[in-house]
Amino acid sequence: MIALRRLTAVEFRLFLREKVGPIFGLGFPLVLLIIFGNIPFFNQPGDTYGGLTVLDVYVPILIAFVITMLAINFLPATLAGYREKGILRRLGTTPAGPVRVLAAQLLVNVAVIAVAVAVLLLVGRFGFDVTLPRQFGAFLLTAVLTTTAMIAIGLFIAAAAPTGRIANAAGATLFYVLMTFAGLWIPIQAMPAVLQHISRATPLGAAVTAFQAAGEGRWPSAVQLVTLVAYAVAAGAAAARMFRWE
Amino acid sequence: MAPIIEVRNLHKQYGGTIAVDDVSLSVEAGEIFGILGPNGAGKTTTVECIEGLRAADGGSIRVLGLDPRRERAELTQRLGVQLQESQLPDRMRVGEALELFSTFYRRPAGWRALLETLGLADKAKTGYAKLSGGQKQRLSIALAMVGDPEVLVLDELTTGLDPQARRDTWGLIEQVRARGVTILLVTHFMEEAERLCDRLALIDKGRVVAVDTPAGLATRAQAGQRIRFRPDGPLDDALLAGLLAGLPDVTSVVRQGDQVVVTGNDNALSAVTSALARHRIVARQLRVEQASLEDAFVSLTNRTDKDSQ
Repeated sequence: MIALRRLTAVEFRLFLREKVGPIFGLGFPLVLLIIFGNIPFFNQPGDTYGGLTVLDVYVPILIAFVITMLAINFLPATLAGYREKGILRRLGTTPAGPVRVLAAQLLVNVAVIAVAVAVLLLVGRFGFDVTLPRQFGAFLLTAVLTTTAMIAIGLFIAAAAPTGRIANAAGATLFYVLMTFAGLWIPIQAMPAVLQHISRATPLGAAVTAFQAAGEGRWPSAVQLVTLVAYAVAAGAAAARMFRWE
Repeated sequence: MAPIIEVRNLHKQYGGTIAVDDVSLSVEAGEIFGILGPNGAGKTTTVECIEGLRAADGGSIRVLGLDPRRERAELTQRLGVQLQESQLPDRMRVGEALELFSTFYRRPAGWRALLETLGLADKAKTGYAKLSGGQKQRLSIALAMVGDPEVLVLDELTTGLDPQARRDTWGLIEQVRARGVTILLVTHFMEEAERLCDRLALIDKGRVVAVDTPAGLATRAQAGQRIRFRPDGPLDDALLAGLLAGLPDVTSVVRQGDQVVVTGNDNALSAVTSALARHRIVARQLRVEQASLEDAFVSLTNRTDKDSQ
């Protein structure tokens, strides 16, 4: 246990020192929120979003952004890099074993995601009057399922990519594809009907739809939650089958 | 007393390629045992099986009486390992790495004292990426020792180090042995093997070719003596060959530039000098070279030494 605690503490310090994670995982979405929050147009309720403001619609998208940035950009690049440098192998010769490094990485990512999501909600609420999710249980469940699905996809990238560099490139590419379907450029509600259907079949499209339902005080439809679970199971199983420690 | 490491008929292949065919060796308490061999001979695979990183396909291995795979948790507590080409995260600091690794072990060595011993005390706050090659290697040794191991496995310890750093590292290994740690050392440097090892296993093509002391291996090569000299005047090749090659103790005579190189058995030197004296030839810069470990390596593995440079 002490080994895992120390590993997690060291991994967390490395995460902060690396700067990429904090800047893109937390800083960037927070800056977006602050910019959007200061645009008057974003704060006017409109018919497109059923009486919601554009900002209301964007907060769930930014939440998906931080989860995805950390889980499929940062995590796989770090793990594949560790494997490439022989760090996992080296740990394999100690009593700690390589599994604990993986566990420490996951703990750091989950903790940072939790903090980043909380910060977005609170800055939205107290800075720009975005109401907190009205169905908070549904919001938490969606956040947990989304994080699980994204981390599973991140682990799959880490398992499949031969080097840290390739993991990085694959993660970044997939990030933009998934975020597009999450509504980063055009919110899902504003997309043509066909694109809406496609979006909701993607993990982040399902996640954002579920986050928005929870925000409005409804339980998300089971389809979205099952979609997230399915991605988590499929990517997780593929990652477990393919993962190499060296 | 039971050997510290005992390997019997180890066999390991990857797909259809045999990495280790049949390796047996035993390492006694307190010795520095070397595994020497050309690149691709199966040295690293052998130690990876000993470390428990890989499962053997055949044969048996005991380290401190433990099975490296089945009794892994216990073995990792008592075996220190330095891997070939293993790094740390770029921004991990030296002191941080040692402190972290020390928490993995039941009875760790004091990591601050290790920093001192390895000359890294002033680098405690330096990130891994900013260390020199020699410093990284010393850190790697420190990490292998932080669990206060009874056995240390060092793979290609000094590859990539400059000569001074290499000599410093050798001194360090001798200090470690003086504390009673048994050391298994993988190398392809003759000089390193000769300087450090009490005994050596020479491995080639996945098999043990010979196990002996460095001096014992050199003797086995039976290269005898090599005599070099520069004749004081111009000499006809045919005359020289006729003069020396006919001697019963001489096996070969070769001209290298203005030097003559004669090889032969232990009596060759007196035979050559008296033959030269009879013909009033003065041998300048006369040098006699004994068979070296390198000669043994070449003759026992039937390879040129180009791999080993």
